[in-house]
Amino acid sequence: MIHSLFLINHSGDIFLEKHWKSVISRSVCDYFFEAKEKAAEPENVAPVLQTPHHYLITIYRGKLFFLSVVQTEAPPLFVIEFLHRVADIFQDYFGECSESVIKDNVVTVYELLEEMLDNGFPLATESNVLKEMIRPPTILRSVVNTLTGTWSNVGDTLPTGQLSNIPWRRAGVKYTNNEAYFDVIEEIDAIVDKSGTTVCAEIQGVIEACVRLTGMPDLTLSFMNPRLLDDVSFHPCVRFKRWESERALSFIPPDGNFTLMNYHVSSQNLVALPVYVKQSISFFDSGPCGRLDITVGPKQTMGKTVEALMVTIHMPKAVLSANLTATQGSYTYDLATKVLVWDIGKLNPQKLPNLKGSLSLQAGAPKPEDNPSLNIDLKIQQMAISGLKVSRLEMFGEKYKPFKGVKYLTKAGKFQVRT
Amino acid sequence: DTWISTQKKIHSQLSLPVYPLQENRQFGSKMTDSKYFTTTKKGEIFELKAELNSDKKEKKKEAVKKVIASMTVGKDVSALFPDVVNCMQTDNLELKKLVYLYLMNYAKSQPDMAIMAVNTFVKDCEDPNPLIRALAVRTMGCIRVDKITEYLCEPLRKCLKDEDPYVRKTAAVCVAKLHDINAQLVEDQGFLDTLKDLISDSNPMVVANAVAALSEIAESHPNSNLLDLNPQTINKLLTALNECTEWGQIFILDCLANYTPRDDRESQSICERVTPRLSHANSAVVLSAVKVLMKFMEMLPKDLDYYGTLLKKLAPPLVTLLSAEPELQYVALRNINLIVQRRPEILKHEMKVFFVKYNDPIYVKLEKLDIMIRLASQANIAQVLAELKEYATEVDVDFVRKAVRAIGRCAIKVEQSAERCVSTLLDLIQTKVNYVVQEAIVVIKDIFRKYPNKYESVIATLCENLDSLDEPEARAAMIWIVGEYAERIDNADELLESFLEGFHDESTQVQLQLLTAIVKLFLKKPTETQELVQQVLSLATQDSDNPDLRDRGYIYWRLLSTDPVAAKEVVLAEKPLISEETDLIEPTLLEELICHIGTLASVYHKPPSAFVEGSRGVQHKRLPGSAGSGESVESPDPGAAATETPPAVIPSQGDLLGDLLNLDLTPTTTTGPPPPTTSGMQMGAMDLLSGGLDSLMGDESEPLGGDIGGNPAMGAAFGAAPATMPASFNAPGSGGLDDLFDLGGGVGMPMGALNPPKAVWLPAMKAKGLEISGVFVRRAGVIQMEMTLTNKAMSVMTDFAIQFNRNSFGLAPAGPLQILTPLSPNQSIEPLNNLQVAVKNNIDVFYFSCQYPISMLFVEDGKMERQVFLATWKDIPNDNESQFQIKDCHLNSDAASNKLQSSNIFTIAKRTVEGQDMLYQSMKLTNGIWVLAELRVQAGNPNYTVSSISLKCRAPEVSQCVFQNYEAVLKN
Repeated sequence: MIHSLFLINHSGDIFLEKHWKSVISRSVCDYFFEAKEKAAEPENVAPVLQTPHHYLITIYRGKLFFLSVVQTEAPPLFVIEFLHRVADIFQDYFGECSESVIKDNVVTVYELLEEMLDNGFPLATESNVLKEMIRPPTILRSVVNTLTGTWSNVGDTLPTGQLSNIPWRRAGVKYTNNEAYFDVIEEIDAIVDKSGTTVCAEIQGVIEACVRLTGMPDLTLSFMNPRLLDDVSFHPCVRFKRWESERALSFIPPDGNFTLMNYHVSSQNLVALPVYVKQSISFFDSGPCGRLDITVGPKQTMGKTVEALMVTIHMPKAVLSANLTATQGSYTYDLATKVLVWDIGKLNPQKLPNLKGSLSLQAGAPKPEDNPSLNIDLKIQQMAISGLKVSRLEMFGEKYKPFKGVKYLTKAGKFQVRT
Repeated sequence: DTWISTQKKIHSQLSLPVYPLQENRQFGSKMTDSKYFTTTKKGEIFELKAELNSDKKEKKKEAVKKVIASMTVGKDVSALFPDVVNCMQTDNLELKKLVYLYLMNYAKSQPDMAIMAVNTFVKDCEDPNPLIRALAVRTMGCIRVDKITEYLCEPLRKCLKDEDPYVRKTAAVCVAKLHDINAQLVEDQGFLDTLKDLISDSNPMVVANAVAALSEIAESHPNSNLLDLNPQTINKLLTALNECTEWGQIFILDCLANYTPRDDRESQSICERVTPRLSHANSAVVLSAVKVLMKFMEMLPKDLDYYGTLLKKLAPPLVTLLSAEPELQYVALRNINLIVQRRPEILKHEMKVFFVKYNDPIYVKLEKLDIMIRLASQANIAQVLAELKEYATEVDVDFVRKAVRAIGRCAIKVEQSAERCVSTLLDLIQTKVNYVVQEAIVVIKDIFRKYPNKYESVIATLCENLDSLDEPEARAAMIWIVGEYAERIDNADELLESFLEGFHDESTQVQLQLLTAIVKLFLKKPTETQELVQQVLSLATQDSDNPDLRDRGYIYWRLLSTDPVAAKEVVLAEKPLISEETDLIEPTLLEELICHIGTLASVYHKPPSAFVEGSRGVQHKRLPGSAGSGESVESPDPGAAATETPPAVIPSQGDLLGDLLNLDLTPTTTTGPPPPTTSGMQMGAMDLLSGGLDSLMGDESEPLGGDIGGNPAMGAAFGAAPATMPASFNAPGSGGLDDLFDLGGGVGMPMGALNPPKAVWLPAMKAKGLEISGVFVRRAGVIQMEMTLTNKAMSVMTDFAIQFNRNSFGLAPAGPLQILTPLSPNQSIEPLNNLQVAVKNNIDVFYFSCQYPISMLFVEDGKMERQVFLATWKDIPNDNESQFQIKDCHLNSDAASNKLQSSNIFTIAKRTVEGQDMLYQSMKLTNGIWVLAELRVQAGNPNYTVSSISLKCRAPEVSQCVFQNYEAVLKN
């Protein structure tokens, strides 16, 4: 399984290494550096590399490479999932996952890695469990530590979750305010072609939960229209049998924030797009210039307001500057990255926002071959574009009455308009 | 905003008023570990040493932290070993853990010092706190020092039976660690059995870890039966599967995948219990579940309702994997590529999820494209083409190229779309983007091959772009097109001539293609192009160092000068059609890879044996056979694949003769057994060539000038050609040509039946002066025992007679010989091919025994029909299969095949998989026993040392002898 881990920053320095079996020289990373050199963008380095004696499996998160070394036939997805989990835990513990924060907490990081993997086998990867064993650094604790000099940040009891049938929940949870909140967040992934026809559109949905309930509550969340959900993946706490038979989510929740469920509404069900885009970007054969004209309008919003609307365009390399007028919002053109961003804000259906004007090209450059793509960003509050609705949340096993709440949010994921 | 982010806000607001922000920051920076990184001044080690030996606990801990921090950034702090170990005896768990971290890192370099820690470890293994017990045994396992390992055994034994499951699960992993350090010790101590018992543990996590440990150990012992899976253990694993962590689920699923259910009902019940895993949030769990299902599905009858249900259930999770992080997508896509090839029906409606987004990483884009082509069908081709055209205008060059190529593959795969594809390609050529044009030309060449005489109208457009081609593959493709359609291109000769100017600067594939194209042109338009052909032939033969080019040049030259009709038949022969699907994975390999879904093998599309270190002995996994209707499932039999030899023929060099030349010429001139010996597939090609060669040799003396197409002017043209040739034939290059002609005579030589020297069977000492030496040979279908009887005694010997004792294959003297006293059967175990002989003369009766090579018993009609071979191979139970290795054998597969044929071992089929030549052979013994063989030879490597052979026979006893015979023949 996983033999070693190297953390490598953006510029290619190894700033942390951890070995779970014998020590592997960091020179093994040279193969990775070679591949990184070849790939122009760090995102494009292939995640699985073969070297004469090892396999390097890498993820790229927060401008850091998490590079693991594997010596035997190990499942790469397993390794990649684990690496993402490591990054998640860092995020959870330190608020961000960056080189400086890892260096600031290097000993905690080391302790965490030791606790997460044994002999290359994952040991404890649930943040609840880890936090019982290694307490995250907090300002409060730092103060106490320095004042008293006694507090250890390693727990000396066996985490209650480690071996129970519900490893995700610790025993003896107590709150004065009992609350359970659910956010249904949907992201639209879509490709729209030049003529405005939807090439493909799908929805990635997720139900994020924040549950702070005393004791061992047993929750049941049911939907108005569960038929929408034919492709789902659950947090381990969800009882699959109940879902199969009743189409309701029944679970004993982890304590705190967690992802209850992911779902996917595929392109086969007709996915309605909330906005349409009318665009024309053209470059002239004669003279180094081009024209741009973009209008955005509402399509399927069920009466809700489209907010935080933003259009991002990756321009061809030859485009030097843009001289445009926006009827709403503001635009910027970054010469270095060749990215044009038009920040519109709220979409007013009565007065559609428009961006229009000319683009100037490098003198003497040939007419660009590639057509720029438009990326759309937006948010719609209190609406799940798939139409999914929670009908009710029931709690069993405990007597008190919790506060309950559900919010909906629709966002653009990879929403792309071709020109 | 969402609830949760609101929550976070409130939380931070609450905590702020308690401590003023500024002070927090100060504290924060003071307390971080980054300070450890800044201590670079000299004498650091001494300072740390002093701190480590401090009386204050807190100072000690801080010091150890500093040591660890230095260690993580690669500084050498091993000098502090004794001081750090001194801190180990503490009741502070954090300090203990830190010291353990240090120990694990440095024990190897300081083994003697590490011993100091042993006592504390052993003591900790008895601690009342399970966390400490587990920690101690876990850490001990990580210290790879022999002296420590010795002390580990007793504590480990206790921990494996600890009352606390947390300790047991830790101990299970520790066995795997120990095995990695000292495998023998683990076996001797009986830890493996204890580990096996843990599979039945009541705690699911212990089960999962036991499975993980056993799987890892089994990897280095491919043949040990460590994970002995039976219905009871399977049931336990399935129960644990529902309750253990996500990682444990992966271990258990991967283990389940190695099980072969007894029947389709068991298979279905396992599938039913595994399907819920498809909805797990961890993609590795999902993919491992997919592996189990894909494998066990093979056993389900296709008409079963459940089979259809299962197919439907597999699609959504696979689609969901594609919405994960790009790295996960990549691995998922590589696996989907395999699944789509094996069971296209699963994802046939999901084409759209593979559409490429412009901000996908390039490695994801390329994989998606590949799968799009595999899913392309008449129903969705319009959409696919529209997408591909879109991609062809993207920025990334590699991706654009692959997209253009994909359009060509669509044209070849979906006939109805060919026209649209061609017009799309033409549109792309009009963009004049250099690399797009070049890729387009390469694929148009393939389209011409697939649909001859349909799209040649576009040639004019292609020719316009001739000058812009600078990549060898595109140049070669264009030259091929010009040569192939020379009669329709008015200025074909000018076009080709323009390439000829820089002939020596071209790459080999362009040179070869140009040579062939000009010869084609000459055969089509002989009158105007004679000079051109002479020019290219002399460039190829005289001025080139490349043997391939020179040889091809000579062959063309010779063909043209001796028999132009034959030349026309050979060079302008009808080309075999190219297959619909290119780069499909070979079926047996695909089956093996399906068994390895989710592993590195599935990412590389290679069997693990091909790349995993130390796994040479790994058994190839195969899919189980179907229980019900076996119609469409390919059998797991290697022979089955041989019948449907994948027609992967888009020859990159596009030249027929090039391929012909690679064939083995020898069988046609074999002096030994008559030639109905090679497979039908090879035969066709051989006939072609042997005919060609005959005429090459036979017509040598005849005057040239045959008529091509009844054109009398041409006779003269040909008459002229040979006149100029002899000069160059005597040039240094002519040696090559001589070799070519020697072929007929020379090749037969090593083929003659091998005649081993006689061995002394009965020394004179033992037989009162009579010495018998002899040998067995098989001549013209008769087994002969040739003996030399030498009289080394003084007196005359007369009255000779011979008799054989009863023997395995019923050999008996054929001649009318006197029968003497029968021998009592020998008690000791003899080889099967042992022959006990008695020879009598006037002095005495002498008994001796000798061994005859089993090949004596192979009859001449031992060549099985292919179909029969396949059926028989399947029919013979796997228990009867024996595997052998032949070392130090330096023959390629063709030479081996020829050699073996001379002892009546017949090659029925040959194919090449992953650089290995597989020969399927049969032989028949005199008593009617058939032996089937699969001989694997590493192709293309003259220095290979091992080839291996599996033999299948209804009488497995003979396998050993047969193998010895193989070895004898091949090494001779």
